[in-house]
Amino acid sequence: MSSLFSKENKQALLQPLGFDNPILVQVLGICSALAVTSQVEPSIVMGLSVTVITAFSNVIISLIRNTIPARIRIIIQLVVVAALVTIVSMILKAFAYDVSVSLSVYVGLIITNCILMGRLEAFAMSNGPWASFLDGVGNGVGYAWILIVVGAVRELFGNGTLLGFTVIPQAAYDAGYVNNGMMSMPAMAMIILGCIIWAHRAWSDAK
Amino acid sequence: MLKKQLDKIRPHFEEGGKFGAFRSTFDALETFLYVPNTTSKVGASIHDAIDSKRIMSFVIIALLPALLFGMYNIGYQNYMAAGVQASFFEMFFYGLIVMLPKLVVSYGVGLGIEFVVAQWKGEEVHEGYLVSGILIPMIVPVDCPLWMLALAVAFAVVFAKEVYGGTGMNIFNPALVARAFLFFAYPGKMTGDAVWLSKESFFGLGNSLPDAITMATPLAEASAGRINQYDFMDFVIGTIPGSIGETSFVAIAIGAVILLWTGIASWRIMASVFVGGALVGFLFNAVGPDTNVANLPWYTHLVLGGFAFGAVFMATDPVTSARTEKGKFIYGFLIGALAIAIRVLNPGYPEGMMLAILFMNMFAPLIDYCFVQSNINRRMARAKKA
Repeated sequence: MSSLFSKENKQALLQPLGFDNPILVQVLGICSALAVTSQVEPSIVMGLSVTVITAFSNVIISLIRNTIPARIRIIIQLVVVAALVTIVSMILKAFAYDVSVSLSVYVGLIITNCILMGRLEAFAMSNGPWASFLDGVGNGVGYAWILIVVGAVRELFGNGTLLGFTVIPQAAYDAGYVNNGMMSMPAMAMIILGCIIWAHRAWSDAK
Repeated sequence: MLKKQLDKIRPHFEEGGKFGAFRSTFDALETFLYVPNTTSKVGASIHDAIDSKRIMSFVIIALLPALLFGMYNIGYQNYMAAGVQASFFEMFFYGLIVMLPKLVVSYGVGLGIEFVVAQWKGEEVHEGYLVSGILIPMIVPVDCPLWMLALAVAFAVVFAKEVYGGTGMNIFNPALVARAFLFFAYPGKMTGDAVWLSKESFFGLGNSLPDAITMATPLAEASAGRINQYDFMDFVIGTIPGSIGETSFVAIAIGAVILLWTGIASWRIMASVFVGGALVGFLFNAVGPDTNVANLPWYTHLVLGGFAFGAVFMATDPVTSARTEKGKFIYGFLIGALAIAIRVLNPGYPEGMMLAILFMNMFAPLIDYCFVQSNINRRMARAKKA
């Protein structure tokens, strides 16, 4: 039994944050990253939900991985993920109703998020529960921080606010500054994401 | 004379010279002024007598009538709105003063980015921005703030051109991308009734006008259901509100003649854009919905708004248009048809030329692919028979 934070476990947690980021390198989960990032708050909630679901579905699948028949493993993974998504969606409706309304179908669509199935297939099916948990958290947070960065850029230039607070002073508007309407369109999220991927490639190539 | 100076300072810019790092900058300036006397040494290449920098210069010459008329029209609209009589030169110089900063900003930002990228990658400076730089200020409303223009230019050069690999590799026309960026990012400054009039006075020329004075383009008036106060001759001559370079059909026609005379623009594209627009306009006249825009006579559609400007200077861009000769007919026809269809059927935008051209830019490679493939198939069939 290896220690809790052995080298492999650390790798499982930290690699997805930067070097092996699910969005930037594997280009998974793009759909929701473009759809929900028009503001910071939904981005944070979405990132948090995905992190929780990835982590716990990884743990559950890892626990029962030896009893799952290989031929129906996808269905079983889906059932686990669907159950967790339903729980998260209900919790959001109960405690953060406004955000869950603004996220609309995208909470339910977490079930189709490629990052989840990817981690279950690639990691949880062949690793222990603790390592799977760390891997799930790492990938979830790796997904979340990209969403938050994109959301922050779009909200700042599209609405002049961050988390709903006005950041760009009124004086700037008086001097002729105008919010950029294109930032609230998903097309701009695509371009921002492209720029982040560009920067990331430059950084990881340099390493 | 100039050549001697250039030859004198050249050694400094060669590899290992004092300013070796700025080699591409020097190269760009030199080849802009003179046709380079080096030729490719490998492979079989055929060179036209004029290279792409000379082509760009011809396009700029073709654009000048529309630009000069645009300057005059800026002044004309200002004095008209103020109800003040003024001479031709007062109007023209007022427009010149309004227009110059836009040109300077457009070239400054665009060429700045091009030069920086070229130095950074150690490549030659691409000449493509010479035309885009003059096009962009001509297709925006006169009231467009300079910082927006600068932002749009930067966006277009980086995301429509450099990411695709620079001049000649771009899918979309950079000037139109700049306009589309402004159009979607700052709709309040690009459309509506308030942006077509320059409201300030400079150096005693022009009149300061209150913000309340607005002026709608004839197309916007038509789509709002109002009756035009202009007659057909105004549309042809161009003394109407609109984006700076697009209003005068006559000035654009002069540009078109220059482009066709020198063989730079494809007559196939130009003609088929007008045919497509006329046909669809005619169809809407005959069986279209009973709205004001649909009832505009088809020949009025062709001289209004950005249709003629787009057809002559944007659709014919050799980089982003279809390249097969038959494909050019389809490409142009669909641009004209789509532009009028967007005008008539879309309640949101009074003008459709920009979106139509960008849309067809996207499909140009597909059109080419179909024609090339059908040609290959035909030849294969012939070869098999023989």
